[in-house]
Amino acid sequence: MTLILFIVRKLGGAAAAMLTVSFLVYLALEVNVEDVAVKVLGQFSTDAQRAAWLTANGYDDPFFIRYGRWLWSFVTGNWGDSTYYRAPVIDLVPDRLAASGILAGGALLVMVPVGLLAGILAGMRPGSLIDRAVSLLSIVTTSIPDFASAVFLSAVFVFWLNWLPGASTMLSGFSLSEMVLPVLVLAFYSTGYLARVTRASMVEVMGTHYIRTARLKGASPARIVWRHALRNALITPVTVIMLQLPWLLSGVIVVEVFYAYKGFGTLLYDAALNSDIRLVEACAMVSVLVVVATQILSDIAYGWLNPRVSLLEATMGNK
Amino acid sequence: MRKFLSPYLSSPITVIGGLLSLGWLLVALLAPVLAPYDPIKTLMPLAKPGALNPAGGTFWLGTDMLGRDILSRLIYGARTVVVFATLATLTAYFVGVTLGLAAGYWRGRLDAVLSYFANVVLSFPVLVLYIVIIVVIGSSPFNIILAVTFGSAPAIFRIVRGITIDVASRDYVSAAITQGESAWRIMLFDILPTASGPLAVDFCLRLGYTAITIGTLGFLGLGLPPPTPDWGTMVNEGRGMAIAFPHLVIFPCLAISSLMLGLSLLADGLREVSDAQGRRA
Repeated sequence: MTLILFIVRKLGGAAAAMLTVSFLVYLALEVNVEDVAVKVLGQFSTDAQRAAWLTANGYDDPFFIRYGRWLWSFVTGNWGDSTYYRAPVIDLVPDRLAASGILAGGALLVMVPVGLLAGILAGMRPGSLIDRAVSLLSIVTTSIPDFASAVFLSAVFVFWLNWLPGASTMLSGFSLSEMVLPVLVLAFYSTGYLARVTRASMVEVMGTHYIRTARLKGASPARIVWRHALRNALITPVTVIMLQLPWLLSGVIVVEVFYAYKGFGTLLYDAALNSDIRLVEACAMVSVLVVVATQILSDIAYGWLNPRVSLLEATMGNK
Repeated sequence: MRKFLSPYLSSPITVIGGLLSLGWLLVALLAPVLAPYDPIKTLMPLAKPGALNPAGGTFWLGTDMLGRDILSRLIYGARTVVVFATLATLTAYFVGVTLGLAAGYWRGRLDAVLSYFANVVLSFPVLVLYIVIIVVIGSSPFNIILAVTFGSAPAIFRIVRGITIDVASRDYVSAAITQGESAWRIMLFDILPTASGPLAVDFCLRLGYTAITIGTLGFLGLGLPPPTPDWGTMVNEGRGMAIAFPHLVIFPCLAISSLMLGLSLLADGLREVSDAQGRRA
């Protein structure tokens, strides 16, 4: 019951947020009607052509009526045509989103085991050699921007060792070797970040009284970590993993542009470079939708892992 | 001064971070003295690092495809990064701190509206937000500062609002109100100083991330217009020829990574000291 109420409440909040976002996006991109005509028809169109196009597409109506109409067609799946790809936007987005999903999934596969393991090992004995090495490494990886780690990793594996391809166009079908570098670059930052968060959480838990009790009882270190510490220490990292998804979405743009990978990031990027406003609108809405959805999932995961916080409290609590 | 600095100097990590950050600041300030050549002048295209300039001198880091000296462009690029990242971070702080204080102090409808708006802006993936803003208003130095302010003020707003709510209920604030001090005076002199520890840490990191944002926009070709020397733009221009001439892209990447590393280490050190002081207090 609580869970249902929680989800309904969260979905309501998400819908309100999406509505605001849609208004902001529409306001930003379409409040200036002349600009829209220029972007759709190109800068060499004549004034008469632009005026005719605007009238034909209902741009003579007041702003709020246009926004309402746009929102309705967006909700019903009519996302307009891309001026750059000359195709309906709704046909373009799903494939590209799936391609980026594979990339993000690969990054999660690297980031979750490596980040958690490094963080747990470091946090088990604060101040040890492992701890210091992990802490330093994670500061280094979180300090390197995505485009720079792409350059460094390519410098080693492409320019120097010549082991991997430097572009991931997937022209001749799916290729695993073309996936390696984009996935590594995408995981680079997040792995260090996850390790830091896990370490901090682990250090905190290892200092609590119940762990000391377990130690005094004579439980082996492995048992203490495995049976007692992990469950509490993993609460924060798990929510962090979920909240990394929006971050991955930003990283995906840089990585896909660098490796010429045909995913959601390059779709948005090409749309932006070509002032393809329908496509920009759709991509912005979809990316916010992904973020909002992962936030709900991470709240659910948090409540599930941490019975001390009831879901209802988590909903009403003002974070 | 020495007493103030001593807790920071005892940690080698903080010192290294401080030196790296300070080093780049000095490079930015002294760019005209340090740079061996004019950063936008064509000298000799695609010289390898260490190649000799026929007109005398050495291209220590080589030259780019337009024949401009990479070392000089890196040095002047430091100036671009320091100026724009600092300006953008400061304006974001001005907006975030002002609104955060007001929302946390007065609460009510103002707080509800501002918090809601902050949450909405924060639900955009950062880069998507910047790209949309830059598409709408175009890329110019002023617009980049505007976009960064819009993108990071909400996060600062949240930090300041949280601390303000916490502090505003304390006795000394009530005392100040009873004394008849004006609301803004109380916010600025009684409440804001308690936030200085967390804000100093956040400022270092945010300065670094703003530098990265400007670099990333440059890398995507949406940054400062050419020929402004900018690290991200240098990577963007050089990446087509990077296999044959890796020096075009590796040096600007090393520059931005070392700047961010310095600021992260500094923030880490500041956090440790402020946590330790918090425990003692």
